[in-house]
Amino acid sequence: MSVENIIEVENLVKKFGDFTANDDLTFSVKKSEIFGFLGANGAGKTTAIKILCGLSFPTSGKVNVAGFDVYKQRNKIKQNIGYMSQGFSLYDDLTVRENIEFYAGIYGIKRKLIRIRFEELVEKLQIHDLKNKFVRDLPLGWKQKIAFSVAIFHKPKVVFLDEPTSGVDPITRRQFWDLIYEAVESGITVFVTTHYMDEAEYCDRISIMVDGKIDAMGTPKELKQKFNAQNMDDVFIKLARKAENIE
Amino acid sequence: MNNSIEIQNLFKSYKKVKALDNLSLRVENGGFYGLVGPDGAGKTTLMRILTSLLLPDSGDVLVGGLDPVKEYKNLRLKLGYMPGRFSLYQDLTVEENLKFFAQVFGTTIEENYHLIAPVYSQIEPFKKRRAGKLSGGMKQKLALSCALVHKPEILILDEPTTGVDAVSRREFWEMLKEIRAKGITILVSTPYMEEAELCDTISLMFDGKIIDSGTPDEITSHFKDPIFIVKTDYVRELLKIVREMPGLKSVNSFGQTLHIVTKSEKFGIIEISQFIKTNCEYAFELEPYSASIEDCFIDHIIS
Repeated sequence: MSVENIIEVENLVKKFGDFTANDDLTFSVKKSEIFGFLGANGAGKTTAIKILCGLSFPTSGKVNVAGFDVYKQRNKIKQNIGYMSQGFSLYDDLTVRENIEFYAGIYGIKRKLIRIRFEELVEKLQIHDLKNKFVRDLPLGWKQKIAFSVAIFHKPKVVFLDEPTSGVDPITRRQFWDLIYEAVESGITVFVTTHYMDEAEYCDRISIMVDGKIDAMGTPKELKQKFNAQNMDDVFIKLARKAENIE
Repeated sequence: MNNSIEIQNLFKSYKKVKALDNLSLRVENGGFYGLVGPDGAGKTTLMRILTSLLLPDSGDVLVGGLDPVKEYKNLRLKLGYMPGRFSLYQDLTVEENLKFFAQVFGTTIEENYHLIAPVYSQIEPFKKRRAGKLSGGMKQKLALSCALVHKPEILILDEPTTGVDAVSRREFWEMLKEIRAKGITILVSTPYMEEAELCDTISLMFDGKIIDSGTPDEITSHFKDPIFIVKTDYVRELLKIVREMPGLKSVNSFGQTLHIVTKSEKFGIIEISQFIKTNCEYAFELEPYSASIEDCFIDHIIS
């Protein structure tokens, strides 16, 4: 694996019975890149993300994440990645502080360091009045921003974001992307899925999956040129129309 | 026939949270009405009150001329409702789910097949498959078929396209248009601003209130501040620079463009252009723009 690549996937295949969810995927993600992983529902994105996070074995192919092999070093992978989704993020019955202490504790960060980084975070997000509130009492926008900060609290090499902005208001959505840019500037690699096509354009590079295969990959600009499209929405629609399988 | 929805001064609170705060709106008979707003705006609460599943604190509500509190039994017969969460029976097949909903309302799939055909025909090849095994887009189509199978006069859909990919979303709206053409009143909610433009009339909702209502064109015409679009390969870089510009009201990224709103006509193309050029050397194109629904929404939140 080259020094530069944080994720390297070669000929990844994942089958469930006779159904091929991931059909010969090959791609790599560079350090500090924002990589958009797009595709229709059922195209096989979640299956691939589970494998990249060390939660599921490939049927065949090479997969290396943060320098570790997905077959032999799954625990190392888990220590070096962050994960956040719309569905699962924070515990409602814990306060913001408790959530962070809990997650940071799991990753084995020393108490003293947790305290220092927590204060930094409170300062950065300006959440002095929210830090001791139960998560269930926070507005959704804040939940998502704090969930992201928790996901990168242990300074992972790469963070996986699965539809992180789903249902969030348009201002919070953009503030969320500001946090992503900041994380990238600090050296974290971002792997993100979204159904908002404008967000696809905020990525450095994107791949579009159709029926288990990666049908297109490149910078947003390259893809728009290649498909002669005005925006990513058009690219996506032109590609998906080709899909034979309704699923 | 009166299939309008009338809401006057509706309030609903959950403990300290005001979910609906003095809400009034009217959906015309046969209208295609969109509620647009993020999670937590109050869309689901409103729909649950309209469908008689939740009691309001106060206010007047008439759905198809019926009071959802006192006349809920009659109301439920004429309503089709597609809740936000997938709520069909995962262990029943596609066909069994549909049959079940038809029977509950004393009808059959065959009797109203013409009505559900535009939707159901797309998933009919998979009718023997269990609902739990369907992909996201197919689940939505089944849920819509089930909401339609008893031939409702009013259809209420709670975020039918959330979490659904861009292509399936587009198809879903096409189906809604066909249903609407059959004379059914439709009230639909969505967090995707661009979908708002597909409705006849919309309300923008935020924090339990309606921040603006009207046709999509009316709403965008309410946007009075000067607005410009910047096309550039350096969106992130220019965003930082423009944030410091004098006379700026807001700047937001929209894909690989920026929308710049200034406080007055005094800050126009020339001023913006000069400011950017004196602060960086990135190439860009700057043009006047007409506000989208999302621009209007952002403007309401920040003002």
